[in-house]
Amino acid sequence: MTRVAIVDDHGLFRAGVRAELEGHVDLVGEAATVEEAVSLVTEQRPDVVLLDVHMPDGGGVAVIQGAAGAAPDTLFLALSASDAAEDVIATIRAGARGYVTKNIATDELLDAIARVQGGDAVFSPRLAGFVLDAFAGPVPAGGGGADAELDQLTAREREVLRHIARGYLYKEIALRLGISAKTVEAHVSAVLRKLQLSNRHELSRWAAERRLD
Amino acid sequence: MIAGDMAATSTASPPREPLRRARTQKYLGGVCAGLGRHLGVDPLVVRIAFVAAATAGGIGLLIYAAAWVLIPADEAGAQVRPARRTRRGRAAIEVALGVGLLTLSVLLTMRALGLWFSDAFVWPVVLLAAGGGLLWRQSMSPTPVEATAPAAGPPEPEAVTEERRRVLSRTSLGVVLVIGAGVVFLSATNALTAARDAVLAALVVAVVLGIIFAPWVVRLVRSRDAEREERIRSQARAEMGAHLHDSVLQTLALVQKRADDPRAVAALARTQERELRAWLAGREGGHDRLAAALEALAGEVERAHGVPVEVVVVGDRELDPRGEALVAAAREAMVNAAKFGAGSTVDVYAEAGDGELQVFVRDRGPGFDPDAVPEDRRGVRESIVGRMARHGGRAAIHSAPGAGTEVELTLPRTS
Repeated sequence: MTRVAIVDDHGLFRAGVRAELEGHVDLVGEAATVEEAVSLVTEQRPDVVLLDVHMPDGGGVAVIQGAAGAAPDTLFLALSASDAAEDVIATIRAGARGYVTKNIATDELLDAIARVQGGDAVFSPRLAGFVLDAFAGPVPAGGGGADAELDQLTAREREVLRHIARGYLYKEIALRLGISAKTVEAHVSAVLRKLQLSNRHELSRWAAERRLD
Repeated sequence: MIAGDMAATSTASPPREPLRRARTQKYLGGVCAGLGRHLGVDPLVVRIAFVAAATAGGIGLLIYAAAWVLIPADEAGAQVRPARRTRRGRAAIEVALGVGLLTLSVLLTMRALGLWFSDAFVWPVVLLAAGGGLLWRQSMSPTPVEATAPAAGPPEPEAVTEERRRVLSRTSLGVVLVIGAGVVFLSATNALTAARDAVLAALVVAVVLGIIFAPWVVRLVRSRDAEREERIRSQARAEMGAHLHDSVLQTLALVQKRADDPRAVAALARTQERELRAWLAGREGGHDRLAAALEALAGEVERAHGVPVEVVVVGDRELDPRGEALVAAAREAMVNAAKFGAGSTVDVYAEAGDGELQVFVRDRGPGFDPDAVPEDRRGVRESIVGRMARHGGRAAIHSAPGAGTEVELTLPRTS
């Protein structure tokens, strides 16, 4: 069973998630602060950490930066009520494998955990919208050379993201675009990589606003 | 030093001009040209008179120097030849040099005539005259803004800054010359030793006072900054408190009252969440933009039908009448999805690209066969498709039994 840790500063919310996930995954612990979270992840090395973006003492970015070195195999999934693109993008760029909003249904959350554990990226409609927004402008002239590929999305990736934003599941997207579900996954993973590595102005600006990089 | 003006002169106008130093057709300070204009005679005549007076015991030089310092410069000339003004930085040194040389010649003339006290006065007086003349001239010439304002439009900011910088350099040159005069005078009369002791004492006192009071001054400035920050923070807190009171606390009270109706509680929570998100994102009020209008509609549909509506907008745009028609069609689609979507989440996705405006409204309900449209849906469908067509757009409805329904609305940028 997947070993899962919950990091959130709201006790009520942790209790709710615990009740939802009980019996479906192996819950190895909970943390309410960045400090607790770092030591929990370092000791338990869970497979997947459900990570709150916003916490009083630094939030998800601080947890990932503090724990990733000691637990290289642990994967992070941002689970947040935060609406702000810069919060979400900052957490993804710190290393989270996806982002889902807190009002997600139980079966979708379980599906997302399984997908992250399987090495895929998890894009909620809202995250897909943020990404399309961030990559919407023209590529800055003279930028990058070898990294130019990172600064823009291919037409296919854009199409996949649009479908995610419209509320389609991966298998539905595969059906509509006439490609396999694995190919859809590959496109989404490629987008995640670009999101983490691109130096696009919009992304660095969002990251800078959250004092990342 | 003062020579005749061979150039053509301006025609003298019948009413007498005010006495101003000319800034055009001038050789040194514009005194002769200005005087000639004022008296209505050729400047050449004035110049010859000055040269004659200068040779007669140097009295002409003295008068010229006094006139240069005391008669204000002509402002109109500044606008006639603006190029001249840009070279006034160099003119500062010319002025100091001119006044200094004039004074020197006057002194030498006086010495030759036997009106003399001591050679020790020569350099202090020359320096004093040069520096003083510069300062006087500076304080009496129009400020850069006044000089430029009557010309076309407001002054260029850079030009004004440049002018201020020049004024500052001229003023400081004058100050240095005057102080130099004082120092030379003091050292020449052996008064400097005493002055040095006094200056040293004053300096020591100043340093001691600085060391004593510097921490206090720094603390004062810091505490004032901290106070200001605290005030801003408490204002922000008060504003947020007021907002939370009007919104969240009211909703929580309503939730307690209707605790027996889970559907109503869920709807209240959704509505409050949407409103709070909009407030946090700074986009409350005013539905004249695409994203705000769609969010508002989603909230309305959620309240009316108790179905969650998720809105994702990429890009944003002001709504023109055609955009408003698109939003109205989207509203029909949302209501439709909420009614026939069997309680599933309604996903709304809008994209405002360079060219077209697109909105997708999707439900995960039972779906239907578009070729066998039920009667009760035909009207709604007409209102969506018809409305889009009237505004130069198009609507497509994708649905299949068991696969939900998606309404696709497209509005090209120009019809």
